[in-house]
Amino acid sequence: MGDNLSSLTVIFTEFYYWVTVVFMFLIHVGFCMYETGASRRKNHLHTLMKNTMAIPLVTITFYFFGWWIYFAFINGPGITGGMTSAQFAEPWSPLMATHLSGPSPALGVPAEGLEGAAYWHRLNGVFWAAFLLFSITTASIISGAIIERARVGAFWIIAVLIGSVAWILDASWGWHPGGWMVKLLGYHDAYASGVVHAIAGGAALAFLLVLGPRLGKFRADGTPRDIPPHNPWLVTIGLFLIYTGFWGFYAACNIPMISPASIGGLITGETWTATNIYLAPTTLSAITFNFLMSLSGGMLAGYVISKGNPFWTYSAGLCGIIGASAGNDLYHPIQAMLIGAIVPSIAYKLHYWVERRFKLDDAVGAVAVHGYGGFLGVVIAGFMLWGQPSSPYEGYAAINPLGNFIGACIMVALGFIPTFIVAKILDGANLLRVPKEVELVGLDFEDREAYDAAVSDVTSAERAMVK
Amino acid sequence: MSTNGMTSWAVDLKDVGALYPFQGSETLLVILGLAFWIGWHVWQIRHENAELASEKKRGTGDKARKFIDRY
Repeated sequence: MGDNLSSLTVIFTEFYYWVTVVFMFLIHVGFCMYETGASRRKNHLHTLMKNTMAIPLVTITFYFFGWWIYFAFINGPGITGGMTSAQFAEPWSPLMATHLSGPSPALGVPAEGLEGAAYWHRLNGVFWAAFLLFSITTASIISGAIIERARVGAFWIIAVLIGSVAWILDASWGWHPGGWMVKLLGYHDAYASGVVHAIAGGAALAFLLVLGPRLGKFRADGTPRDIPPHNPWLVTIGLFLIYTGFWGFYAACNIPMISPASIGGLITGETWTATNIYLAPTTLSAITFNFLMSLSGGMLAGYVISKGNPFWTYSAGLCGIIGASAGNDLYHPIQAMLIGAIVPSIAYKLHYWVERRFKLDDAVGAVAVHGYGGFLGVVIAGFMLWGQPSSPYEGYAAINPLGNFIGACIMVALGFIPTFIVAKILDGANLLRVPKEVELVGLDFEDREAYDAAVSDVTSAERAMVK
Repeated sequence: MSTNGMTSWAVDLKDVGALYPFQGSETLLVILGLAFWIGWHVWQIRHENAELASEKKRGTGDKARKFIDRY
């Protein structure tokens, strides 16, 4: 870091991303609460642990290879070029550890040998963590759909597959300033309607198709039964916490302050700006307007369409944000509100139609909220932002409906295809679903037995002490 | 053609103002937004009336006492 202004910019940026990471952790508190609340009492500990353990598994694998994939695969490879070098993201790089950008004689590597060391030594950890939290979110979305019958081991393998490989590959293609989808298709998805939500929805759909519904979900005539949550209050407050964590998610998708010279694109002059993930200018105010208006549009529409059902009203709020997220860097707030109202209304109807028609037991509506909502959000952004520049760099395709439609399909496919294949393999090895007998008594059966025995033991002892 | 008038970022940012698409439609957007808001209240009051009427009719006798005991 050369001068004081550079130092201040880097340290401010470091702190900015660190704060987003703390906020984004609330998404996972929320996921755990709502998924556990949505399960029946006989399954709630198992459900909690299934989601929770995705956090350490995705974290370590994202350290080993996920972060590297983001930078190495921006050209496909083979579409706009070959693999790209990403020394700072290789797990054995000194820049993936404590580093102050000076020489490291013990390693025999001068700092000058590491491209971008002066910049990356401070920001690498917080950038990595921000992307990691997106990764855990992507994996967590799948977790809720498959509760009460999936084996945890199967989910954890899929969580790593989607959280540390598939989603970060799509981010490299469509959520990186140099990604081939941005260059060739003009793909625009500023706050991850597609790159996080549609891919997770596609993965959840594939998992559910192979896994099958919970026992008792469908009557003999094929009509679905409602399986109510054991704690609706926990479900809704969990969703409320996810909203809170989304503030961090949105802020983390921006670069907080950067000069035109640092962007190095077509922008002239000396006016510094915040940018979206593609390094195209936006403001925190823009995304604050649009986040709140799309959330509100979703909640109001969800209340109407579900006739005041708390779970769907909260879920529609989330779906409203997701539906507008692809273009929330550029929409007018009322546009964001209307899109936020329309998308969850469609997703809600689709959820029940697919449930009846295809006997799909999506316990928390994850495919609807994230999959249909994310897909529609990307498609709508293609129309709304038609002709606008996708990037500050020369030679990129402009944002357009076809490019975003193809991009949305790629996102769903990148979630669906690998998950379907791996789920089939796991199913073939009898590793996907718990035995019927265990599903009926509940996945917490042994824990519950041990709990009852412990309670009986200690209360007997205490009763014996009463004179 | 571009929905916000910009086709390139080859500009000085000090010369750039509104970025949202379909500029000039603000009044229409506000009218649509207000209609959404007012429409929501109309629907909500009607729905609540119907819900309360149904609950008033069904919540009697032993069923009502049982619900009171549930606290």
